[in-house]
Amino acid sequence: MNFLFNLINGISLGSVYAIIALGYTMVYGIAKMLNFAHGDVIMVGAYVSFCATSYLGVSPFLSVGMAIVICAVLGVAIERLAYKPLRSASSLAVLITAIGVSYFLQNAALLIWGSNPKNFSSIVGNASIKLFGGQLSIPVITIVTVVTCIVVMAALTIFTSKSKLGTAMRAVSEDKGAAQLMGINVNTTISLTFAIGSGLAAVAGVLLCSAYPVMTPTLGAMPGIKAFTAAVFGGIGSIPGAMIGGILLGIIENFSKAYIDTQLSDAIVFLVLIVVLLIKPDGLMGKKQSEKV
Amino acid sequence: MANMLEVTSLGISFGGLRAVDELNLSIPKGALVGLIGPNGAGKTTVFNMLTGVYRPTDGGIRLDGENIIGKTPHEISKMGIARTFQNIRLFPGMTVLDNVKVGLHNQMPYTLAESVFHLGSYRKKERGMDARALEILSVFGLEEAAAYRASNLPYGRQRKLEIARALATNPKLLLLDEPAAGMNPQETGELMETIQLVRQRFGVTILLIEHDMKLVSGICEYLYVLNFGRLLAEGTPGEVLHNPDVVVAYLGE
Repeated sequence: MNFLFNLINGISLGSVYAIIALGYTMVYGIAKMLNFAHGDVIMVGAYVSFCATSYLGVSPFLSVGMAIVICAVLGVAIERLAYKPLRSASSLAVLITAIGVSYFLQNAALLIWGSNPKNFSSIVGNASIKLFGGQLSIPVITIVTVVTCIVVMAALTIFTSKSKLGTAMRAVSEDKGAAQLMGINVNTTISLTFAIGSGLAAVAGVLLCSAYPVMTPTLGAMPGIKAFTAAVFGGIGSIPGAMIGGILLGIIENFSKAYIDTQLSDAIVFLVLIVVLLIKPDGLMGKKQSEKV
Repeated sequence: MANMLEVTSLGISFGGLRAVDELNLSIPKGALVGLIGPNGAGKTTVFNMLTGVYRPTDGGIRLDGENIIGKTPHEISKMGIARTFQNIRLFPGMTVLDNVKVGLHNQMPYTLAESVFHLGSYRKKERGMDARALEILSVFGLEEAAAYRASNLPYGRQRKLEIARALATNPKLLLLDEPAAGMNPQETGELMETIQLVRQRFGVTILLIEHDMKLVSGICEYLYVLNFGRLLAEGTPGEVLHNPDVVVAYLGE
């Protein structure tokens, strides 16, 4: 029963990682950059939802909507102001800028909300469902998280494979120059990608803080790095890869905590990443980079 | 008859290098014109200026009477110029059908709300888009390959798909950058037929860059010869290919 409990919690944690990883992977696929400020957008999403419910008295679900909208706008603004001017610069310059944006967001949050931890109250309360005659108790938020992840995943897959905007996104990701010459507005497409990724980050922030309710301005950093790991693990640029990578990472982390050592769990997670990359350098679902000679 | 493309005193410099200088082109509606010249003459640079990839240092470009200088590549695409590339640039991981649908992108305007909520009107337009894409593919005999990945097509058919994708943007002017590059004589022959067919079916004006003299003299009505970024000669294929300056430029003294 314990095993099942840990597995379910692992899947739930992994679902949060997967939702964050989707943002990393979509931005990487289209703008070919690693947006290390993505983790901090999660934090902004959580704080916005917190403020909306605590100070404005908005209902939890409406607060999630507000967080999505504000984070989407924030994501587009970050791209326009910080990354767009560097589009033809070296990828190293863009990477450093992304780290800069990350620190900027953390410190701005510190100024606005202070360094004292805040207590986030779960959007669905603290109810749980009892199964097997009370032997297994699963918090409702765990189920909500997993369901949200599945819905998001399905919606994104349909969107990118079937819709006109999704086709444009795939075309930009394959060849920006050629896409532009086929009449696709590359700037709009990149903005849209950032908006979707950052909106998802807001959802992830709320789900994460509903499960782990202590909020600080650096709360997004660690999940951000882990989700990035998940994206690389699954094969960066691949949407199903991000999903599988995220969930596997969550399960590995939770099992390490439960059966090996809580302190070592992060080390084990990253060790697994190293091993996977040694065996399969493109990640689990990554495109094989083969060179024609 | 009015000109589809009017290029006047066009020039571009990269640092100290004058890549194209004082170029004038007049291409009538419905014409099939060739742009030839030795390697490095600036032919592809001209295409890049016509499609907004490079911004000319001076001179003017008018498409069907409208100025296009300063417009972005996607705006110029909407105005009616489409192109193919010297080294094929399809979207290799997408299907043949999706490649063409990218080209159709701007002609199926539906609002964001429609695409987000998948309204009935959206589905209808999506189906219309598929049908149109298949219709274009069928002109090139590619309809049965619609579901293949573009990168899995043989070379000659990838070239055809590039032309199909360009035509999907519904251009007034089609620019073909060395369409016969890397083709064997039989494929080149087929390509000539394809280009003629495209012109009839789509009523499009064509400007092509080519090294294959058999193709150029076989289908072009008029030729411009570029050498070191300047216009060396122009005229019908017969005139141009017997022009002593052109012979010297290609073969040396």
